[in-house]
Amino acid sequence: MYSEKVMDHFNNPRNVGEIEDASGVGTVGNAKCGDIMRIYLDIDDNGIIKEAKFKTFGCGAAVATSSMATELVKGKTIQEALEITNKAVMEALDGLPPVKVHCSLLAEEAIHAALWDYAQKNNIEIEGLEPPVSDISEHEEEENY
Amino acid sequence: MSKLIYLDNAATTKVSEQVFEAMKPFFTEYYGNPSSVYSFADECGKAVDEARDQIAKTIGADKNEIYFTAGGSESDNWALKATAEAYSNKGKHIITSKIEHHAILHTCQYLEKQGFDVTYLDVQENGEISIDDLKAAIRPDTILISIMAANNEIGTIEPIKDIGAVARENGILFHTDAVQAFGHIPLDVDSMNIDMLSASAHKINGPKGIGFLYIRKGIRSGSFIHGGAQERRRRAGTHNVPGIVGLGKAAELAAVSMKERAEYEEKIRDHIISRILDEIPYVRLNGDAKKRLPNNVNVCFRFIEGESMLMLLDQNGVCASSGSACTSGSLDPSHVLLAIGLPHEIAHGSLRLTLSTDTTMENADFVVDKLKGIIERLRSMSPLYEDFVKKQGK
Repeated sequence: MYSEKVMDHFNNPRNVGEIEDASGVGTVGNAKCGDIMRIYLDIDDNGIIKEAKFKTFGCGAAVATSSMATELVKGKTIQEALEITNKAVMEALDGLPPVKVHCSLLAEEAIHAALWDYAQKNNIEIEGLEPPVSDISEHEEEENY
Repeated sequence: MSKLIYLDNAATTKVSEQVFEAMKPFFTEYYGNPSSVYSFADECGKAVDEARDQIAKTIGADKNEIYFTAGGSESDNWALKATAEAYSNKGKHIITSKIEHHAILHTCQYLEKQGFDVTYLDVQENGEISIDDLKAAIRPDTILISIMAANNEIGTIEPIKDIGAVARENGILFHTDAVQAFGHIPLDVDSMNIDMLSASAHKINGPKGIGFLYIRKGIRSGSFIHGGAQERRRRAGTHNVPGIVGLGKAAELAAVSMKERAEYEEKIRDHIISRILDEIPYVRLNGDAKKRLPNNVNVCFRFIEGESMLMLLDQNGVCASSGSACTSGSLDPSHVLLAIGLPHEIAHGSLRLTLSTDTTMENADFVVDKLKGIIERLRSMSPLYEDFVKKQGK
């Protein structure tokens, strides 16, 4: 069902983890739907993304798209990172099954959310960047295990 | 890849050697149409008749009450649609539960569009319906109660005998979807007051594409497939002779081995459950600890998603299933797990292991050992777990 590239990024995910004192962190998705992605970015003074890490709760495609998205943004400028679309992530993975396309959208959103967080922290405006829409507040209420 | 460990026997099972051998002559040797006049077809007619008898004996029915179908879903569709239609002059109310298979739920939704009224009973946390709820749901126009004998996901065995008694007292027909229960737990149509029962061959080491519907004598149920006189004019279509022979043999073998098989599977089931609960944190058992199918394990691991878990198990040669959204093809996790009260994100982390007599204790330990590493790995990359750990640290 998945391409070899997807399987490779699922089995050997690149950039799993956290960045302490990250320049920007973005969390998107919703535990209710079964996918949450969190991307950490370390951005230097010249606006270059030095490091990207992720944590993901989700299916195989969600893990693979997070892994690929973090690979794609590393070394890019903020503007270049903004231009990475879900299509680019999918193409880099040699495609996704139709029901998994939303995972690539989530990856794109996660990058944008992390950049938004960076812009907020530094009080700057990034051209063409919209505030993130997804939030995961819903899962907080239901921790009565 | 390591050797295959197949733990998805609720999805389907391997055809047993004995069943396969019984079927074989009916493909190339005795290939006649049982409805034909010439003596060459007699052998086929006899085989169909014998299979009917083999099946009837396992549930205490008469052979004339067994109707062959193309499987469990057809049987469920038939039981609901044709019966609702036949009894619609008496009333238009049907009672079922929220944890039925979609072959029941979607058929009920269809009937609602045709003007029927359906009550979907809630279930308790262990997955059992409440008899009091059932009694309260009965109306003067209730014509049919359809409750599964055992649940396919969480393995909970429903109080079929009590349900049958309530149905009988109130003069309401009782259908049970026994696709997961037939051949696994004892079923007796008379003592349980079952009026209709659906079952399938491929869940009991028989072939796919063949099942039956038991319809108690005297019940009005129209023809479901039109076009021939087969199955007492109720279900047209040339008999699937090899399939029918396979189903008959599988039913007979399952009935003979039931007690011993259940004991074997329960031992492994309980070993897996207790190891998982003891050795992996933030986990819960779904369904009832005792009133469950002998071969069913269903657990939820918090902070992780089912499909990832299945993919990693697959790499270790383990076939299992999950009720996560990703495995259902929708955004919602299993309706059964939601009906027993689990929040969405916990339901997404469910794992179902369904055993067979091929499953060894060694297999069980291998799977639990692998599972520990898989859960740890997925949690280490889960933002939900990260948040949880940080919250705990505060």
